[in-house]
Amino acid sequence: MKQSKKTPIALIVLLLAASLIVPNVGGEQLEVQIATRTDLFPIPNIILPSQGFATVMLALMLAMTALSVYLTFVRNKKTPLIAVIAFSFGLIMAVLAWLFSGATMTFTTLLAGSLALAVPLIFGSLSGALSERVGIINIAIEGQLLAGAFTSALVASVTDSVLLGILAAMIAGALVASILAVFSIKYLVDQIITGVVINVLIIGLTSFLFSTLLADNISLLNQPPRFERISIPLLGQIPVIGPVLFNQTLIVYLMYLAVAGVFLALFKTRWGLRLRSVGEYPKASDTVGINVFRTRYMSVMIGGALAGLGGSFFTLGQVGAFGKEMTNGAGYIALAALIFGRWNPVYAAMAALLFGFALNLQYALQIVGSPLPSEFLLMLPYVLTVVAVAGLVGKVKGPAAAGKPYVKS
Amino acid sequence: MKQQNLIREIFSGNAVIPIFAVVASFLFGGILIAFANEEVQEASGYFFSRPGDTISAVLNSVVGAYDALFRGSIFNYQASTAQGMIKPLTETLAFATPITLAGLGLAVSFRSGLFNIGAQGQIIFGAMFAGYVGLSFELPFLIHMPMAVLAGLLGGALWGGLVGLLKATTGANEVVVTIMFNYVALLLLTYLLKTPVFQAPNQVNPISSPVAESSRLPGILGDGFRLHFGLIIMLAMVVAVWWLMHRSSIGFQFRALGYNPSAARTAGINIPLTYILVMAVSGGLAGMAGASQVLGADRQLTVGISATFGFDAITVALLGRNNPFGVLAAGLLFGGLRSGAVLMQANQGVPVDIVLVVQSTIVLFIAAPPLVRSLFRLPKPKAVQA
Amino acid sequence: MRLELKGITKKFGDFTANDQIDLVAESGEIHCLLGENGAGKSTLMNVLYGLYQADGGEVILDGKPTKFAGPGEAMKAGIGMVHQHFMLIPVFTVAENVILGHEPTKPLGFLDVEKARELVREISSRFGFDIDPDAVVGDLPVGVQQRVEIIKALISDAQVLIFDEPTAVLTPQETDELMEIMRQLKDEGKAIVFITHKLREVKEVADKITVIRLGKVVGQAKPSDTTEQLASMMVGREVDLSVNKDPANLGEASFQVQNLTAFSPSGNKVLDDVSFEVQRGEIFVIAGVQGNGQTELAESILGIQDKVSGSIKLEGKELLGKSVKKVLDSGVGFVPEDRTEDGLVADFTIAENLMLDRSDRPPFAKGIQLQLKNLHEFAGQKLKSFDIRARSIFSKANQLSGGNQQKVVLARELSRDLKLLIASQPTRGLDVGSIEFVHEQIVAARDSGIPVVIIATELDEATQLGDRVAVMYKGKIVGVVSPDTQREELGKLMAGISA
Repeated sequence: MKQSKKTPIALIVLLLAASLIVPNVGGEQLEVQIATRTDLFPIPNIILPSQGFATVMLALMLAMTALSVYLTFVRNKKTPLIAVIAFSFGLIMAVLAWLFSGATMTFTTLLAGSLALAVPLIFGSLSGALSERVGIINIAIEGQLLAGAFTSALVASVTDSVLLGILAAMIAGALVASILAVFSIKYLVDQIITGVVINVLIIGLTSFLFSTLLADNISLLNQPPRFERISIPLLGQIPVIGPVLFNQTLIVYLMYLAVAGVFLALFKTRWGLRLRSVGEYPKASDTVGINVFRTRYMSVMIGGALAGLGGSFFTLGQVGAFGKEMTNGAGYIALAALIFGRWNPVYAAMAALLFGFALNLQYALQIVGSPLPSEFLLMLPYVLTVVAVAGLVGKVKGPAAAGKPYVKS
Repeated sequence: MKQQNLIREIFSGNAVIPIFAVVASFLFGGILIAFANEEVQEASGYFFSRPGDTISAVLNSVVGAYDALFRGSIFNYQASTAQGMIKPLTETLAFATPITLAGLGLAVSFRSGLFNIGAQGQIIFGAMFAGYVGLSFELPFLIHMPMAVLAGLLGGALWGGLVGLLKATTGANEVVVTIMFNYVALLLLTYLLKTPVFQAPNQVNPISSPVAESSRLPGILGDGFRLHFGLIIMLAMVVAVWWLMHRSSIGFQFRALGYNPSAARTAGINIPLTYILVMAVSGGLAGMAGASQVLGADRQLTVGISATFGFDAITVALLGRNNPFGVLAAGLLFGGLRSGAVLMQANQGVPVDIVLVVQSTIVLFIAAPPLVRSLFRLPKPKAVQA
Repeated sequence: MRLELKGITKKFGDFTANDQIDLVAESGEIHCLLGENGAGKSTLMNVLYGLYQADGGEVILDGKPTKFAGPGEAMKAGIGMVHQHFMLIPVFTVAENVILGHEPTKPLGFLDVEKARELVREISSRFGFDIDPDAVVGDLPVGVQQRVEIIKALISDAQVLIFDEPTAVLTPQETDELMEIMRQLKDEGKAIVFITHKLREVKEVADKITVIRLGKVVGQAKPSDTTEQLASMMVGREVDLSVNKDPANLGEASFQVQNLTAFSPSGNKVLDDVSFEVQRGEIFVIAGVQGNGQTELAESILGIQDKVSGSIKLEGKELLGKSVKKVLDSGVGFVPEDRTEDGLVADFTIAENLMLDRSDRPPFAKGIQLQLKNLHEFAGQKLKSFDIRARSIFSKANQLSGGNQQKVVLARELSRDLKLLIASQPTRGLDVGSIEFVHEQIVAARDSGIPVVIIATELDEATQLGDRVAVMYKGKIVGVVSPDTQREELGKLMAGISA
C-alpha cells in the first residue's frame, strides 16, 4: 500500500510560503506580554529578536518537512501527527513574529479573546454535529444563532435575567431547528435548500422585528444585562491558563460542558450509538426497532437549542444589544469548523478555536498596524475549509446518510 | 362527474401549488405587518371593549402595506404623471434583471445535479472583471461595452469553474466550497476596493470611480428610468438557456449528469469536464448579473454590488422549478417584491425585510406541496405506482 | 413457536405485490418460500417483519393474532431476519452492530462495551464462527458480514428466523456452510423461513415448500419434486432452463487482456495479474462470487478503474488508458451489472436513454444541436425490434419493469458497430421470460462473430451460456475450464482452491 503524498507536498508549499515571509520580518525586537493582572506571581515580558526567532521557527518547519519527505518517499510511512502539529506551531509563530515585530504582543489576552470569539462557533458546530451525525445536513446554523441572539436580547431585557435570556435563546434555536427537521423529515424537502431558505427567513424575521419593535423601545426591549466574568478560584490565577480558560463568562463554562457532553453522548452512550446509526444507515436502525424519525427530530432540535445558546453570546456577551444580521456568517464558519473537525465535536471545537484565533488576531493587528490586510485573516476559515474538503489534509467524509430523507414504505 | 374530475385534476396537480404558496406567504407576511403595526397594537389593548377597532386597524395596516407594494412594483395609480405611473414597473424589471440572470445560472447547475450556492461570489467576480474593464480602458462603445459584459461572464465562469475543477479533481463537495467562496470573493472585493486597483483616487471610502461611459449598458427609456440594456441581455439569456438545456447535446449531457452521474459516465460522458462546464456556465450567468449591476445599474463598484441577489437567485431558481421561463416569472415576482418594498417602507413604515420573509416562505411552501394542500384543504393527487 | 400468515395482501398504488397469501412456519422446520424475482417474496417478509403495513390479512403467532407497527415489535415477539441487503452499519464494529437496538448499558446510558463483546463471542462459539467483536464491519468479507447479520438476528432470542435470499453473495462452500447453520438452528427448535429462487438449495434443505408467483400462492411442493416440476410451478409454464445455442464458430483471438493489475482507492490489490484471450464467436464467462475483482475487471476495460496497469488489446489496439468515450468508440458494447445505477437514467425517457452514448454526434446531433426527429425515429424502431413493452418512446425508464429496462440498455449497446460485447450479470433480478430474451441476444452477438465476455455469479448461467468458463478469486483468474466441468470442481475454484 502506497502512502499518500499529500502531506509532504502541502508542507513543502507552506514552507516555501513561509520562507518568503521570514526575510521580511523587521530586524527589531518582538515583545511578548504573558502576564495579566490576576496572575498569582508576576512574569516579566519576554523580549525576542524577531528576525532570529522567525529563523528558528523556519528551521523547525524545515526539519519537519524533511522528516515528512523522508518518511513518505523513502520509508513509505505515514507522517506522524506530532510532526504536523510542530510544523503548524512553527508556522504560526513565524507569522506572528512577522506581524507583531516591533510591537508588543499581548499573548495571553489574545488567546483569551480568541476563546471567547470561538464560543458561538463551537456551539454552532455542536449543532451541526448533532444534526449531521443523525443524517440531517444543517446549513441553518446561521439562522439558529441569529434567532438565539435576537430572543436572548429581547427576553433578557424584558426579564432582566441572563438565565431566562439563555433559556429563551435555546427555545428559539430549537424552534428554528424544528423547521429544518419538519421540512426535511416530514416533507422530504432537500436539506440544503431548507437550510439556506431558513437562514433567509430568520434574517428577514429578526430584522423586521428589530426595526418595528426593538428599535423604538431600546431601553425596554434591547438593553439586556450581560454575562459577567466569573473567575474560578485558584485555577483562574494560574498564569496563561488561568486568564485564558478560567477567567471567562458563564457561557464559556457552559461551552466546556457542552463540548464534553456532546462528545460523550455521541460516542459513549446508547443514545449516541443509535443516533449515529440513523445517520449512517437509517433502514438498518429501523430494522432493529429504532424510531428513525423521532431520533432525527430529537437530535436536530437539541442541536438547535445549543446553537441558540451560542447565539446569545452575540447579544449578552459581545455587543450588549441586538443588531440586524449581527451573526454575520458565523453560522457558516461553524459549519466550516464542523467539516474541518471531521464531524467530531472535539476536533470541531479545536477548528473553531483556530478560526476564533484568526478573528481575534485580526482585531489585535488593527491596533498594532500590521503588514497583513485584515481581509486575508478573515478569509482563513473559508480557505482552510476548502482545503479540507478538497482532501488536501486527509480524507474528509461525513455520515453516509446525511442529506438523504428516510422514506418508509 | 367528469367536470369534477377536471377540477380535481387542476387543484391536485402541481400547477396550482405555486399560486397557493404565494398566497399563503402573503397571508403570513400580512400577519407580521399587522402584528408590528402601532395602531393595531393600540387597538388590541382594548380589544374586548371594541373589537371592531382592532379588526379595522389590522385591515388598514395590511391593505395599506400591500397597496403600497402594488404601487411600488406594478402601477402607481396615485402618481401625477404618466412616467410616474409606469416607473414602478420599470423598477421591477430593473431589479428582476440581475436576480433572473443569476437564477438562470443556478437553474443550470441545479438541473445538472450540482448545488451551486455560490451565485453571490460569482456575481462579485463578474462585477470585478466587468468593472476592471470598464475602469481601465478607453475604447469605442461598440467594443468596450460588449467586452466589459464578456469580462463579467468570464469572471463568474472562472470563479464558478474553479469549484467545478475542485470537484472534478478532488471530489470536494460543491455546496461547502461555494458557500466558502462567497465569503472569499466578498473579502477579496473589500480588500481590492481599498487598494489602487479599484479605489477611486482621493477617496477614503471603499468605492471605485464610475466606469467609462463607453462601457456602460445604455438606458432603455431615457434618463428618468433605471432600466437598461441588461434587461435585453437577460431576456436573451432566458431563451439561450432553454435552448442549451433542451435542444443541445451539451445540455443533454448536463441533465444526464444531474439525474444519474454513474450512468452518464458509463455511457462515455466526460464527467470531470462536464462538472467544470456546468459550473462555468452557471457562474458565467451569475457573472453577467454582476456585469449588469456594475455597467448598468450602479455604474461603479462598491462592497454592496451584489446586494442579496445571489441568495435571491437560489429562491428564484427553486420557485421557477429550474425551468428558464419559470425562473423568469419568479425573477419578475421577486423583482416586484424588491421594488415594491421600497415604497412600502417609505410610505407605510413597513421595513423592507418583510420581503425576505415572504420570499423564503414562498420557497418553503413550494418545496412542500403536502403542506400547502393541507393548509388550503386541497385534494390529494392520485397515488402513483411505487 | 408457530407463525401463521393468513390472507396477507399488500398493494403499492395499483400494483398488488401480495394477494391473499397464506403461510405457516413451525418450530423445528425449514419452510422454503420459492418464487421468481419480483414474485413478491421480499414484500411478504417485510410485511411480516413490520417494515411494511399490510392492506389486508393477519399475522398469527402461537394462535394469537398480532400486529407489528414496526420491526422493533416483531423482534420483541421473537422474529429475526437475515436481510438480503445486510442491515449492518459499515463504520461500526461487529459488537456495535450486534447490540444496536438492545444495547447493554451501565448507569446514565453509557454503553457496556465489554458485555457487548461477550455476547458476540458467546454466539460465535456456539456456531463455530471466528469473529473479532472489535473488527469494523465494512472491512470484513461479505461471507463474514452475513454471519454478523445472523448473530444479530439471534441476539434477541428470535424463535422465528427469516433468511431473505441469503446465498446470492456466497461461494458454493459458504452456501453449504449456511445450510448447515440453518439445520443447526432448526435442531435448536427455531422456525425457519427461507426465501429463495434457487431450486437446488430448496431441494437440499427444505422441509416444506410454498411457491408464489405474481404475488399469489400457487401451491405447495415437496423437496422430492424434480427441478423441472419446481421450475414450471414457479414460472407458470414449462420452462427449458438451458440456453439454446449452436456450437461456437471460433475465429482469431481479437480480444486480449495481459497482466492486468489494479488497486482500490484504499490501496488494496483488486486485480492481480489477470491475463486471458477471447476469440471471435466465443462467449467467455468469468464466474466467481461477487466481489472478487469482476466489477473492477469490467470497469478496467471500460476505462473507469483508477490505478490499473497491464494491457487490454482489442484487434491489436490498446484500450487501457483511454477514456470511456474512446473505448466505446473503438467498438466495445458494455452492459453494466447495475442497470438502474449505471445503465440508465431513470428520469429520462426511453428515447433519451437510447442516445445516452451518442448524444454529441450524428445522427442525434449536428454540431451541438440535437436532432430530435432522428432520435424519435430511431427509438421507435428499437422499441419494436427489442420488444420493449412501454406506452411510447416518451415513457420514462423508471416506469419500466426490470426486463424492459435491460432491453433498453441492450438496444442501445447493440446498436453500435461492435467488436466486443461485455455484459456484467446481464440477467440479475430478471424474470424467466426476460432472461431468455437476454440470453438469445447475447448468443446472437456471439454468432455475429465478435468476442463476448460475460460476468456471471450464478454457476448455472455461467456453464450454460459460456463456451469457456474462467473463475476469479481474490482478483486472480484461478482457472479456465470447459463449461461441462463438474459443479464441485467449479465450486472449489470459486473458493480459491486451484485444481
